[in-house]
Amino acid sequence: MTTLTSLETLHETARRIRRHIVEMTHAAQSGHPGGSLSAVEILTALYFGGVLRHDPARPDWPERDRFVLSKGHATPVLYATLAEAGYFEAALLSSFRRLDSPLQGHVVRGRPAGVEMSGGALGMGLSFCLGQALAARIDGASWRCYCLLGDGELNEGQNWEAAMAAAHFELDRVTAVVDRNRFQNDGPEAEIMRMDPLADKWRAFGWHVIEIADGHDVRQVIAALEEAKGVSGRPQVVIAPTHKGKGVSFMEENPAGWHGKGPSDEQLAQALRELGFGGGAADNGSAP
Amino acid sequence: MTTAAPVRRAATREAYGPTLVKLADAGVDLVALDADLAASTGGNKLGRAHPDRWYTVGAAEANLIGMAAGLAAAGKVVYAASFAVFLPGHCFDQIRVSIAQPQLNVKLIASHGGVSVGEDGASAQAVEDLALMTSLANMRVVVPADVVEMEQALTAAAYSDGPIYIRMGRPKIPVIYDESHEFRIGQAHLARPGGDVTVVACGLLVGAALEAADALAAEGVSVRVLNMATIKPLDAAALAAAAAETGAIVTAEEHSVIGGLGGAVARWLALNAPVPMEQVGVQDRYGESGTWTQLLERHGLTAQGVTEAVRRVLARKA
Repeated sequence: MTTLTSLETLHETARRIRRHIVEMTHAAQSGHPGGSLSAVEILTALYFGGVLRHDPARPDWPERDRFVLSKGHATPVLYATLAEAGYFEAALLSSFRRLDSPLQGHVVRGRPAGVEMSGGALGMGLSFCLGQALAARIDGASWRCYCLLGDGELNEGQNWEAAMAAAHFELDRVTAVVDRNRFQNDGPEAEIMRMDPLADKWRAFGWHVIEIADGHDVRQVIAALEEAKGVSGRPQVVIAPTHKGKGVSFMEENPAGWHGKGPSDEQLAQALRELGFGGGAADNGSAP
Repeated sequence: MTTAAPVRRAATREAYGPTLVKLADAGVDLVALDADLAASTGGNKLGRAHPDRWYTVGAAEANLIGMAAGLAAAGKVVYAASFAVFLPGHCFDQIRVSIAQPQLNVKLIASHGGVSVGEDGASAQAVEDLALMTSLANMRVVVPADVVEMEQALTAAAYSDGPIYIRMGRPKIPVIYDESHEFRIGQAHLARPGGDVTVVACGLLVGAALEAADALAAEGVSVRVLNMATIKPLDAAALAAAAAETGAIVTAEEHSVIGGLGGAVARWLALNAPVPMEQVGVQDRYGESGTWTQLLERHGLTAQGVTEAVRRVLARKA
């Protein structure tokens, strides 16, 4: 169980990741804050909740668990998480999306170390995880592969090709997490392309489905991912209901408007205040 | 090159399964994937010899490419096979983002290239695959001329890190090389020396070009035949020598005249050594049903077609 103290630490980490996300997308005046903010607790659980076996000092450690950001536009949450975990200096985050920065707009394998796979064209990450898990099985290795999927991303047919194959090959070291924020680029998923009943779809494809009530409750995310580790013979998917733009009121209120743009100076200040950072640029990230 | 012995015939695709088995036997840490066409590609031969090294993923080419990428990222030498209409036709963006951009060690093996697929018709006849694949940065593109060169290309690919696309063919065509042949990625093979004109060919058109060279020799025309098995990267030195020494070029391929070998050679010549050039290829159209030899004739992908192109280019040569 997550202790009270460590839970506070996880909340603090999540809060700092949110700060990075709004600051990065503000500095770049572009990027994807909404779908990054929705995934904060998922990445916090993975990287800081004891789920992912990883070592920031050895990003190429062969026995590490792999995390693949299939919704490859949500780079702000990945870069912020990797920086918080110590893969690189947080100062680098301000170079997001700039020429010659390792922090590319969409994920690029190995840029920086810790980014497992390229993406940005949706629907490709899960297939990659299958290949990874198959290689691990051939080698008799025990590492797992985690994949973060967007629910809008699930429109892409390749996901379902991969879903079929993962069950067929009984790749039980593949765990997918669906960031179920119910919005996609053009608007609400229910209007653009309905994905319900989503859990039934995964079950029909032969996956072990874990539905949680709140994808922003880091304890629930950790518990689901730990349950997944115990499943044998089947891949697992955690469906995590989230809010696009979580933690920033004006993004939560207008999720479709915050898929792919950066906040203005005033909006940044408001977002930082809401996140408890007082809005000062010199704020060091400690709680007010 | 002699034409006296009885001609041995084999499909280039016949090399695939046996070569995979040899490589696995030799200890190459390889995994091969098929997509419900393993009986046609021959990849299933590896599955019989090394069951943990071969998988068919069903008729799902996008997932085929993603799984190949994942295996390669974990250190495997990966072969992913399908038909040239599906690979790259069904999975171009997956190849682009999951293989070419991260430069993963995946060998894309596309069988049944060109119109010589025959009776299956237009949807089954890839005449655009080389254009698609040569357009990708980090991608090498190889079209071996016969089964001997195919085995060498498949083997060379195993020991050369990074993405490569190798096109195989369906029909049994004349074998033009023996074991003394040495294929190298990126190196054209001088299949026949000659001084009046050069035919730059790949795949089954190399055999046709050699036949045309024989016919033209009887008329006193000395034809050089360059087997440009590697379309990307082009062997620039061999092209430069051909342009300088023969002053006229004909390209010949089982592909659209747009974007394949002819496109690559035309671009190189225009930039570096403009000389008269003609193309033998599919004239911006699709295939249809028919026997494979009928289709090659309809598109002029024959010794006769090459001969006519040589005459055209010689008429333009100053």
